[in-house]
Amino acid sequence: MVADTQAAEPAVGTEEGLKPAPSKGGDKPTRKVRSGEGLLAARLIAPAIILMLAVIGYPVVSAIWSSLHLDKNDSGLSASGFFQKGGKWVGFKYYDYWLNCGNKCVVGTTGHDFYPALQTTVIFTIATVILEVILGMMFALVMNGTFKGRGLVRAAILVPWAIPTAVTAQLWKFMFDYQGIVNHVLGTHILWTGSPTPARSAVIIIDTWKTTPFIALLLLAGLQVIPADIYESARVDGANAWQRFVQITLPLVKPALLVAVLFRVLDVLRIFDLPYILTGGANKTTTLSILVVQELKASPNNASALSTITFIFIFLVAFVLVKAMGVNVVQTQQRAVKK
Amino acid sequence: MTAVASNTTGAVSTTTEFTPRKSGIRWNVVGRYAGIALIIVWCLLPFYWMVVVAFRQVGFTFDSTPWPTHVTMGNFTAAFDTSKNHFGRALINSLIIGSVTTAVAMVVGVFTAYALARLHFRGKFFVLGLILAAAMFPGVALLTPLFQLFTSLHWLGTYQALIIPYIAFALPLSIYTLTAFFAEMPWELEQAAKVDGATPGQAFRLVIFPLCAPGLFTTAILVFLACWNEFLLASVLPNGKASVAPVTYAIASFTGSDPKVIPYTSIMAAGVVVAVPLVIVVLLFQRRIVSGLTAGGVKG
Repeated sequence: MVADTQAAEPAVGTEEGLKPAPSKGGDKPTRKVRSGEGLLAARLIAPAIILMLAVIGYPVVSAIWSSLHLDKNDSGLSASGFFQKGGKWVGFKYYDYWLNCGNKCVVGTTGHDFYPALQTTVIFTIATVILEVILGMMFALVMNGTFKGRGLVRAAILVPWAIPTAVTAQLWKFMFDYQGIVNHVLGTHILWTGSPTPARSAVIIIDTWKTTPFIALLLLAGLQVIPADIYESARVDGANAWQRFVQITLPLVKPALLVAVLFRVLDVLRIFDLPYILTGGANKTTTLSILVVQELKASPNNASALSTITFIFIFLVAFVLVKAMGVNVVQTQQRAVKK
Repeated sequence: MTAVASNTTGAVSTTTEFTPRKSGIRWNVVGRYAGIALIIVWCLLPFYWMVVVAFRQVGFTFDSTPWPTHVTMGNFTAAFDTSKNHFGRALINSLIIGSVTTAVAMVVGVFTAYALARLHFRGKFFVLGLILAAAMFPGVALLTPLFQLFTSLHWLGTYQALIIPYIAFALPLSIYTLTAFFAEMPWELEQAAKVDGATPGQAFRLVIFPLCAPGLFTTAILVFLACWNEFLLASVLPNGKASVAPVTYAIASFTGSDPKVIPYTSIMAAGVVVAVPLVIVVLLFQRRIVSGLTAGGVKG
């Protein structure tokens, strides 16, 4: 990734920018304009690329590096009985700790929590994305078209999105309290954060509340470009409302839908704040991100191994999704830019 | 599935209904307004409850009366009581961190977005892909290396330890949103102004800038909101130092006089202080925020 950009960056400047615009008389006017633009573009883009490489590219490389070395605090006897010093190369020891803990390590160590955390993260992702897409589609369909007070509805729908997750989590923690309003309204006596299923359900409900508006807005933007006369002619042809939805709305809103799903999946896979504040990770709500933070201060290099695993996992999911859904997000974006 | 079907059915037919019904109640319209009412209740009810409880006396924390009762301002004084929490300080910290991040991300973002929207150059596709990858990057993958790096630099518990990563995360958001805005600008006007004798500087200052201003403003709001709401880095990198920790961390770690009892009413009061300005911003600029969100397609 790093090498690629460095190769691409000068290419923009050198190949097209080497011919200074004024010196070449007027032989290639279009080429002249373009070469000047290439140099200018390289200069304009460089600060952003350098900043992102420094704060994103460098840490990724550094995390991989340190995950293969013994932690400073971790010096002691190795498995084979030799004294090991902090900073020494240990290969995939830390990866082994997370991935193959099952029969080796003591119950209660963080390594033991890896697969449960992975499972929790995947459950959260699948449940919230499905719920949010269905509800978001319903919201969008209801909001599509003209009616009185549209602005007000749009403002209302933005409120859950705008409130910080930390506040949302505390608010719902209060509402999900044993004596709280949720139990009161439902007439139940559930200890919401006290056992796995209710705790996980609570996280899923809260995330759905917070993020459905975002999905709805993306889908609404997709719906609004569908011309009304397509529906009209389908109606004339005798298509009922469900047929119109499946055969016109869904295919036409599909690009917006796929982009929304992709963003949401990648977003929930790194979920941290909501379960962390709601339960502190208790009762099977520990996600991969929470596990990294729990390990961070005990052994940073071990945490680096886990965060690298998490990163690779998210990357693979993104890759599979992009391939499977046939979305080319970059192309979609570039088309929008070229428009 | 049946619920979805019936709901979408109603909605689709209303959007395409142009011929008015001859007689009777228009159930389509009734159904739509019922749906809208449901959406508003679902979105606003928890927020309403937070406001109600924020003004309720501590002794009535779990009172379930749906309208304001036992009204007091005590929760707000308790929230700002510096002997237990540093909520006021956290607000200032978040303002400082958010403003600096937004300013830098906007300046750098404007350069990049201008190049992406206006200039032809090789590797544009690649740059767009790189920025998109950065936008989707999981923050937790950076947490440990940044924690180690800032530990060795003695930066833990400083503003720059949060501002610098925030800039890198805010940049993709600002670049994508600005690029989408710039792509829709009527750039012919710049040329027209030059033909009419304006210098390039004048053309930019007098013609282009006023047209850009709404897009810049919207992007700035989105970036500021993203920084203001961030929690993962905010909970780790300040290392518990109250003089630096942002407001999300302060709210998540609120403690009361009795450590066993969660001071819900004060937390709700603090939540109201944090959320109400955001809700007002959203009310005022909802149209622009929505266009910015859907243009960028990147979650804030």
